[in-house]
Amino acid sequence: MSEHILLRHRDIANIDQLDVYLKHGGFEAFKKAVTTMQPADLINEVKSSGLRGRGGAGFPTGVKWSFLPTNLWPHYVVCNADESEPGTFKDREIMESNPFQFLEGLMIASFAVQANLSYVYLRGEFWQIAEMLDGKIAELEKAGLLGENILGTSYTLRLHTHLGAGAYICGEETALLESLEGKLGQPRLRPPFPAVYGLFGKPTVINNVETLTNLPPIVEKGAAWYKTLGTEKSPGVKIFSLSGCVNKPGNYELPLGATFRELIYTHGGGLAEGRTVKGIMPAGASSSIIKVTQDSLLDTRMDYEAVAAIGSQLGSASVIVLDDTVNMAWLVSKTVNFFKHESCGKCTPCREGTFWMNRLASRIAAGKAAPQDVDLLDDVAKQIAGKCLCALGEFSVMAVTTGISQFRADFDQFTAQPAQSPAEKPEPVSA
Amino acid sequence: MNQLLRNYPEEVQRILAKYPADRKRSAIMPLLYLAQRKENYVARQALNDIAEICEVSSTDVASIVGFYTLYYDQPAGRYRMQVCTDMPCALRGAEKFLHELCERVGIKEGETTPDGLFTIEAVKCLAACHRAPMFQVQGDGGIAFHENQTVEIALAWMDEVRARVKAEKEAAA
Amino acid sequence: MAKDVTLTIDGKTLTVPAGMLIVDAAKMIGVDIPVFCYHPKMEPVGMCRMCLVDIGRPMIDRATNQPVLDESGQPKIQFAPKLDTACTTPVSEGMVVITQSQKVAEARKDVVEFILTSHPLDCPICDKGGECPLQNLTMGFGPGESRFQFAEKMHMAKHVPLGDLIYLDRERCIQCARCVRFQSDVAGDPVIGFYNRGRSLEITTFSEPGFDSIFSGNTTDICPVGALTTADFRFGARPWELKTAASICSHCPVGCNTTVNIRREAGQDGKISIKRIMPRQNEQVNEIWLCDKGRFGYHYAESKERLTQPLVRKNGELTPVSWDEAIEAAAQGITQAKDEFVALTGGRLPNEDLFALRKLSDARGGKALLYSCMGGGDLIGQVGLASGSNLGELGKGSAVLVIASDLHELAPIWWLRLKAAAKRGATLLVAGARPTRLEEYASKVIRYQYGEELNVIQNLLDGQMPEFTQAENAIIFFGGEGMDMLGTSALAQACTSLLVQTNHIGRPNNGLVPVWTHANIQGAWDLGFHPSASLARNLASAGVVVVSAADPAGDEAMLADALDSAGFVIVQELFLTETARRADVVFPVQAHFEREGTFTSGERRVQRFYPAIYPPAGTRPDFNVIASVAQKAGHAIEGRFASLAFNALAAEVPVYHGLDYTKLAEVSAQWPIVGRSDLYYGGTTYDNNRGLGVHLEPACQKPGWHAPAAWAGRLPEHTFDLAAMNAQGALWLVPLVRLYDQGSLLTRSPLLAQHLAKPVYALHPETAASLGLAEGDLAQIDAGANGLVSAPVTFDSNLPRGCIFAPRSTGLPFTHAHGVKLVKIAAAAPVGD
Ligand SMILES: Cc1cc2nc3c(=O)[nH]c(=O)nc-3n(C[C@H](O)[C@H](O)[C@H](O)COP(=O)(O)O)c2cc1C
Ligand code: SF4
Ligand code: FES
Repeated sequence: MSEHILLRHRDIANIDQLDVYLKHGGFEAFKKAVTTMQPADLINEVKSSGLRGRGGAGFPTGVKWSFLPTNLWPHYVVCNADESEPGTFKDREIMESNPFQFLEGLMIASFAVQANLSYVYLRGEFWQIAEMLDGKIAELEKAGLLGENILGTSYTLRLHTHLGAGAYICGEETALLESLEGKLGQPRLRPPFPAVYGLFGKPTVINNVETLTNLPPIVEKGAAWYKTLGTEKSPGVKIFSLSGCVNKPGNYELPLGATFRELIYTHGGGLAEGRTVKGIMPAGASSSIIKVTQDSLLDTRMDYEAVAAIGSQLGSASVIVLDDTVNMAWLVSKTVNFFKHESCGKCTPCREGTFWMNRLASRIAAGKAAPQDVDLLDDVAKQIAGKCLCALGEFSVMAVTTGISQFRADFDQFTAQPAQSPAEKPEPVSA
Repeated sequence: MNQLLRNYPEEVQRILAKYPADRKRSAIMPLLYLAQRKENYVARQALNDIAEICEVSSTDVASIVGFYTLYYDQPAGRYRMQVCTDMPCALRGAEKFLHELCERVGIKEGETTPDGLFTIEAVKCLAACHRAPMFQVQGDGGIAFHENQTVEIALAWMDEVRARVKAEKEAAA
Repeated sequence: MAKDVTLTIDGKTLTVPAGMLIVDAAKMIGVDIPVFCYHPKMEPVGMCRMCLVDIGRPMIDRATNQPVLDESGQPKIQFAPKLDTACTTPVSEGMVVITQSQKVAEARKDVVEFILTSHPLDCPICDKGGECPLQNLTMGFGPGESRFQFAEKMHMAKHVPLGDLIYLDRERCIQCARCVRFQSDVAGDPVIGFYNRGRSLEITTFSEPGFDSIFSGNTTDICPVGALTTADFRFGARPWELKTAASICSHCPVGCNTTVNIRREAGQDGKISIKRIMPRQNEQVNEIWLCDKGRFGYHYAESKERLTQPLVRKNGELTPVSWDEAIEAAAQGITQAKDEFVALTGGRLPNEDLFALRKLSDARGGKALLYSCMGGGDLIGQVGLASGSNLGELGKGSAVLVIASDLHELAPIWWLRLKAAAKRGATLLVAGARPTRLEEYASKVIRYQYGEELNVIQNLLDGQMPEFTQAENAIIFFGGEGMDMLGTSALAQACTSLLVQTNHIGRPNNGLVPVWTHANIQGAWDLGFHPSASLARNLASAGVVVVSAADPAGDEAMLADALDSAGFVIVQELFLTETARRADVVFPVQAHFEREGTFTSGERRVQRFYPAIYPPAGTRPDFNVIASVAQKAGHAIEGRFASLAFNALAAEVPVYHGLDYTKLAEVSAQWPIVGRSDLYYGGTTYDNNRGLGVHLEPACQKPGWHAPAAWAGRLPEHTFDLAAMNAQGALWLVPLVRLYDQGSLLTRSPLLAQHLAKPVYALHPETAASLGLAEGDLAQIDAGANGLVSAPVTFDSNLPRGCIFAPRSTGLPFTHAHGVKLVKIAAAAPVGD
């Protein structure tokens, strides 16, 4: 790719400095929006760009904004910078290295829905990023780009960071709002959706960091330009977080619709000598595992539709490559353990089911399970599916069911010898 | 007497100012970080202090400590070295790294070094999967990432900290 | 009003108001959808996933906005791919709900199985066993065998005291959060919460002192498993051994409907004893709640100190005698007396007994006195809360003023219901001289100084608060805090004028509610008992005094002296009180748990209570004692049965005309439905099948009533001037009624011992400083005829300056507000002494 649209720091040194960012056209889009555009026009422009949320669900961003009722005030914008899906590390790079473009995007979104107060909710581990962003926000206030009467208009905007404290569930937007309100990070019932009943019970837009970072170029160069990138239904560029069994893991900004092969081999340096791709998890630990039965599967385009067509999800595009040394029973025990650890505990199937799956999966991976335990694990996973209050519980079974159905031999390998003592001692349970 | 207010008057106000005046409850999480700054855990008194500032019950504050993994209700080492052993990192040798590190330091996962300086723990994904093995250090009121690690690099860092702490102590004495 | 929608549940078509949740709609047609987290008195949360059902909606043609029809002309129904929670989904037009299908049955089995993976299944030793929704649902829908390895179960603490009243069994908890939500949303005391997350979630408290909330017992009722139990009932009995009796709480003017659970005690020779007090549904009174005083404060009935034989004074000593002898002695005492006859009753005597006492008093040309410091009760008969009112209905358009009363302490369930009304949008004005807990929920707080109560009302009369005066409906709750008898009478009159002038009387949800200190003070007023401003004089000069259910001598030395000077004293009591000690004849009577009768609540609802346990041998009910004595003295009074006594009352007292015990026992359908199949509420809220009572109509609700012209005048500005009093070096002494006092009833419930109010003088620190008093100092008041009264000083900066607050019924002889001087007599003991 010639020039980055999101990871511009890779092309321009020190773009995380305000003067450098300004020199390279920084905040022109925001100025254009605030001084020349009506909020409704701005929303329409983003709608017609076809930009879809980069947090995982892929919901059209402009459409989401248009749901906010205009008879209920105030409005809030909350940026989802919780980035906790195993295998995802793109938002972090944006914020660390190209912070002003991200903040400008947040400011554009805020203006579009006429929010005067917006928050960046970062996972607690991003403590240093939050400190840095606080500094950048202060610079923007000094520069008159934030605060009261911005650029001589009547528009007022303040930004604040808010740190989470170690809870994957707070990436789920309603749990995030609860957390921002000082409560347990447990998801809310929906409806009402945040667009109507969000932060502090007020209409709220929640967008991912990467989603927002797309906004300045869209506003500056126009929706038509943006649509020339990517595919028809998934326009634009996407940052793919590549990890797992590859030579050059990292973030790669590619147009949506680039193929797995391109990502893994052209950019990611391929696999270690002599290894082949056994499976791919395109959406982190939450993915259905793609079994790479034939080489041609690697030519699948990475956009929302094409990945769904082969039975998985693009999600936040955290592509984890599994080579032929990886045992899927082990892998499943890792993902299940993650979800057990992160289940908020609010709803029964997820709370009890992930705990039960974890028991079974770790027993299997430890070689202490009986063959029928694999069936039971599969049963329990299916028993969880479709009954949870939020998507975390539903995510927790993806790798389990696709792992067992496609890689049964990996599981049977561990249960070939019936276990000596069927039950291990319960592990002490702590948070 | 509210010790948090007394020790950090400006910071408390700065935190409260981030949220609408009738939404003080939102300040619980940042105030908990403040309360943890010195000791790396939330003492009982701090629960009451925060409850008072945010106009909620102490139980409401405690619930937050219990739910989120970066808050602690018990003291541990001054630096919590938290090694990500989640699946993507594990694919790149994180479990082996943790195991060897513990062996070299002479403690088990979850334990604290006898000098009380380091607690080594395994944690879930930290958004650094491409730079595994890695760990974060929680201590001195902040969190720092240490990426692309080897056991040697990690041990060297620990020695550095020991030396620094020793120097600090001598300077104070 | 919400419009109605029509839907189909399991093939049955029904029409219900829009917005109703599917669970509730199903309940209406007899379909019980199993739930754990849902509770009809709280917002749905959809956590437990037990209520999953199949929901279909008519397909709508986008172009025409009309339903798509199938071949047979019926609307095509589209079912969602996943089941959904019936507890969170509101009904909608044309909806089709299926609760009986393979898919739903499997989902129920799955959810129950999940819950059981972490449940100890210790039903055989669980207090909830027998009335446990989890047990029932496991029988109904659970898997036959466990696929979860038992050895992998997590083990957790089973006896965790959350406070001194409530215990938690961590293993049994199913994380439905009903208790947590009740405490924060309904009770307003968020003192319990979740700790940890996921499978490790557990209920804890970090508040000090723990789970301390006057509504805490309710959490054990709504807990759908045996995780929360009361210290009182824990391991006390198995639910199926319990029998029930309907009762009314006798502790305050709310009149909560209760169920008394009783059992024969093997350890006590088969004696029937009370195991616990539970709420009984009455949506117009207490809904399904009870405060902890009502729940735990019943032990007095079974106290070993109860009187069980009549006593007659012989040679100066009270001597046990036979009933005949005692009745003879009492009758003689009455007939031989020359001076006036005085009947004095407290606020917990049932109506039947009051009526008998009144008849006797009338027959002797005597005075019928009420032992109370509040006036205004006669106005309640005129402009009291109109029949047909329901605090549970108040919302937008309704206004409530609470003045001079701390409802949280005096009438907890009213507090709870007014808080809920405010949440529903009712305008709540709270007027007080000091902050009280209701103010948190008030739309407006009106702060005044003691003595200026009337001024507050005059301001409203002058139109200063249109949100009250112009509201569609308005109710005033008035109390007597910081006032004497005359003061409250004046306040009641002022409130009456306000309600009359703003046309807030005679219609449902309008009128005046007195916050009396006891359960049946309204009944006493209605039957012609009045408080006296010169009680000591009345007693001292009387030829005969009959005291029933009151202990004036225990409260004040002055009244004890007065009784000593009285002629002949007859006392009817449960215990040998200070008053009983001064009697010439003492009759041992029965607690309301042991007999039938009626109470009239502050809202003026007449409600029946039924015998729950056998009375101790040798006791008789008050009305019977009075009738027996009367008969001996030559007066015929009905005293055979409570029902006949009530009939006599109803025949003679106009507002009771037409009432009898049958009428009071009538019930009509209540919503939500609690009595069925145990799946909905958690099994331990009792259905009401023994009577909802009858709300008496105030006179103004009847045609042809006119307000007296005298009610139209301007009000005086002050009843007294606090500043002037302070300037003269005196303080205003305010006796405070506390929920947990040290009266003769509560001190017999050891469980509440830690909560009982202690005798202290509470002052604003500045007031104390101006008198040179430090916290803990011993201070003294010269209480005139009551002697020198000392108590330790405590500080409370929430209290107004220039006043002293003394809890009532704690041994301090202060029953009404008045000016006093406070002097230090000893410095606080140094710490560590
Ligand atoms: C369990 C769970 C975790 C999630 N974590 C994240 C996250 O870390 N970051 C994020 O942006 N979105 C996350 N999401 C998606 C958000 O709920 C939400 O869809 C997103 O923030 C919306 O922003 P977008 O429209 O810009 O994508 C998560 C969702 C679920 C169910
Ligand atoms: S699915 Fe899991 S994370 Fe989501 S609400 Fe249920 S318990 Fe919480
Ligand atoms: S989810 Fe409906 S009752 Fe619990």
